[in-house]
Amino acid sequence: MDQLAPPFHSDIPTKRYDAIVVGGGHNGLVCAAYLAKAGKQVLVLENRHILGGAAASDEIFPGFTFSVYSYVVSLFRPHIIRELELTRHGYQVIPLECTFTPFPDGESMTRCGDPEATRHEIARFSPADAEMAPRFSLAMTQMASFIKHLIDSPAPDLASLRISELTKLLGLGRRFKALADGDKYLFTKMMTMSAVEFLNLWFESDRLIGPMSVSGIIGTFLGVRSPGTAYVLLHHYMGEIDGAFRSWGFSKGGTGGVSLACARAARSFGADIRTEAAVEKIILRQGKAIGVVVRGGHEIKSQTIISAADAHQTFFKLVGERQLDADFVQRLRRFKYRGSSAKVNLAVDRLPNFSSKPGDGPHLCGDITIAPGVEYLEKAYDDAKYGDFSKHPFLDIVIPSLTDPTVAPPGKHVISIFVQYAPYHIKEGAAQWPAKREALGDTVIDTLAEYCPNIKDSILHRQVVTPWDLEQDVGLTEGNIFQGELSLEQLGPFRPVSGWSRYQTPIDDLWMCGSCVHPGGGIMGAPGELAAKSLLKSI
Amino acid sequence: MPIPTPFHDRTAALCTSYKWADWAGYFAVSSYNLPNDGEYYSLRHSAGIIDISPLFKYEVSGADAVAFLSRIMTKNIEDIPIGRASYCCWCDDFGKIIDDGTVYRLDANRLRVHTAEPMLAWFGQFRRGFDVTLKDLSAQIAAVAVQGPTARDILQQVSDADLEALAYYSVATAQLDKLPVLISRTGYTGDLGYELWVDNTNALPLWDTLMSAGKPYLLKPFGLDVLDIARIEAGLILNGVEFHNAAHCLIESQKATPYELGLGWTVDLDREPFCGQRALKAVQAAGPRLVLVGLELDWDEQEALFAKQGLPVQVHPGAWRSGVPVYDNSGNRQIGKATSGTWSPLIKKNLALASVEKQYAKTGTRLKIEYTVEYQRETVTAVVVKMPFYNPEHKRR
Repeated sequence: MDQLAPPFHSDIPTKRYDAIVVGGGHNGLVCAAYLAKAGKQVLVLENRHILGGAAASDEIFPGFTFSVYSYVVSLFRPHIIRELELTRHGYQVIPLECTFTPFPDGESMTRCGDPEATRHEIARFSPADAEMAPRFSLAMTQMASFIKHLIDSPAPDLASLRISELTKLLGLGRRFKALADGDKYLFTKMMTMSAVEFLNLWFESDRLIGPMSVSGIIGTFLGVRSPGTAYVLLHHYMGEIDGAFRSWGFSKGGTGGVSLACARAARSFGADIRTEAAVEKIILRQGKAIGVVVRGGHEIKSQTIISAADAHQTFFKLVGERQLDADFVQRLRRFKYRGSSAKVNLAVDRLPNFSSKPGDGPHLCGDITIAPGVEYLEKAYDDAKYGDFSKHPFLDIVIPSLTDPTVAPPGKHVISIFVQYAPYHIKEGAAQWPAKREALGDTVIDTLAEYCPNIKDSILHRQVVTPWDLEQDVGLTEGNIFQGELSLEQLGPFRPVSGWSRYQTPIDDLWMCGSCVHPGGGIMGAPGELAAKSLLKSI
Repeated sequence: MPIPTPFHDRTAALCTSYKWADWAGYFAVSSYNLPNDGEYYSLRHSAGIIDISPLFKYEVSGADAVAFLSRIMTKNIEDIPIGRASYCCWCDDFGKIIDDGTVYRLDANRLRVHTAEPMLAWFGQFRRGFDVTLKDLSAQIAAVAVQGPTARDILQQVSDADLEALAYYSVATAQLDKLPVLISRTGYTGDLGYELWVDNTNALPLWDTLMSAGKPYLLKPFGLDVLDIARIEAGLILNGVEFHNAAHCLIESQKATPYELGLGWTVDLDREPFCGQRALKAVQAAGPRLVLVGLELDWDEQEALFAKQGLPVQVHPGAWRSGVPVYDNSGNRQIGKATSGTWSPLIKKNLALASVEKQYAKTGTRLKIEYTVEYQRETVTAVVVKMPFYNPEHKRR
């Protein structure tokens, strides 16, 4: 690690840099790797003592390595793995085997990779739904192949009349035209409906619709019945069309493993990386970015600055509102963050034993969803609407130590619990989160204990990460895990503000490469890659 | 119909897929679960256990045991120190390979040979004039392989022998939870791993001991389908796929010398006569016509072929061994054949083992391999790469 990314003050960089990347999260590192690969002199500056940003692994409790923030690798772009040779640098993702949903009445549903077994399982609740499930998958795969092109290239500029932009829109239109008529209607519906309404087009059982609908709300301050959430469901299916890569999985050694592989790749191409390098300011001269100031007063000059921080941090903290046009500032202010989720990480001395499916088994090896129905999820949202965390939150639980022996001592386990809703804006005011932190932790454990009574006695260590902590620790404004809500009006050409979705900013030589730009969040690497490629094209 | 191995009661209970293969007349699990990704990932990230009892096992003992095997094998068995295992192959008089396997030097005059095919008659024909006893132990000895990064941690929990001290390709006797076993640091996965050999009567207790010691280390059973992926990633050849026993071949082109299979390193030419020596000297002098190479298929070209059919790219789950032609880079002249291949979930590439004309065997050479999408026969670029494809540090550590 020392070699890879020494602390800034122990090894102050003195080279002349073509590019400085502010923030050593996975996108910053991907961006740096592409730039270095193209022969540029690149420096990455990471604020924390470890790399990865929100995709970081940390041994919080001796012997137990937590994926402290993000916990599964979803959409990491396969061509990035190949182009940066990440496998050679230690990128290893172990696929999730199944989805297990326990219900309060002692029933449960396990959906796994065996389509027939899954059909039998769903049929216990609804034979019609069991038959519809593969048809739903097929339709979503069709939709996903259509939008895959959007994700893998910069967003088209809707206002531009340049030939290249028009061609891009035309290409998009052509692909849309190529969809079957039914799929065209479906796509339009998907762009406007709520996750639950959309799922209602196929399914009847609440026990299926509940756990399926949550993909539409993860990281947003919306409910499963809020319009626009249907589209987000689709992001789940992107992994399907990269089928070969089975991209839903655990990164070996925690999600930090992905970031470290990106860092090693960047390093192998000659990039310099420093930790404990808090960038305090981006230096401007005549409207151009020319360098950064690192805590302690060190100035480092560079041709280009690329910020992997979110738009709020970049412009209001590092650049300063005074340097920006009023209209741009207005639009940035309207970009929604409003983080809505938290994490509880546990070190345990035994596996959870679910009353509805006692004992060990493959059902513990995938993700375990506490989302027993639509009403449950809506009520969870109700609490959040009025400034409180959910009394009965939606939980997405994984036990990575069941597939990756490197993250916990033999026989012991780490449990990662994603919690929603835990709104950043609580009625007491966000700064009061530290006082509520453990109460949230207790609520989560109590909720889980309703399904899994042995959980309380098994806990050796508990870590609660609130949206406030996300902002303080990793600089995610309002604790939004995607650097800005992934809602329809904040995607594509509108991310983070219309007219500036193409990685460039109104400040010359200042670029953006974090999840706050197209195509958004998740451990995907695409913003970093596309920013680097756009930048290389422009010079 | 195949017969059960000594581990059958345990493996059958776990084989929820009911997918079995016939391995040398025994029931062998193809995949325990469907899909079998979990078996693969536990093998590569924690550990896997596989029943390898169907291998043929021979004990060779007596004052001339070493000389006898040196007469048969292409390797000089004198060179194997006591307590070491060695990978060997053996040929007919024309230097064409019969089979490959491992030879364990247990004592000065006692060795164990493990083979893919029955070899009692083949070995037996050389016995005259040697003070040697050749015993077929195939039906009396059961065997499992425990392979993967946590294999040593698992075995150390129950073994009285210090496994840190057991070097790569070494062999020792040990007590595993009071069961006497022969343990070798060998395997067919290219990973850290061990093979354990016990008397049939101890098979089930050994399985139970290993499974319970392995639980905290995420040990899972895996079947032949996953073994096939692993052995290709490790660049290991298979009898019946990469080569055929010369004694079964109808035509010359089906036979191969060790040099063509990348096994030149197992041939010690300058010594007392051994079977195939004269022919192999000639082959070595002239150089083999064909060479076994590892190929990596170009991903973008595969993606393009699928896109041409309006499909997202798909990969064949698991290994294939159907055999496809390999062409020169122009795609006009066939210069070899790919005998088996797999999608590697770890390396994220399509890999193949191929036999190509010597002048095309250099690392980095671009070739074309046949590739069929939606019944359309096409080719994609395949690049010759160094093998093994997967060679983790922990294998020899």
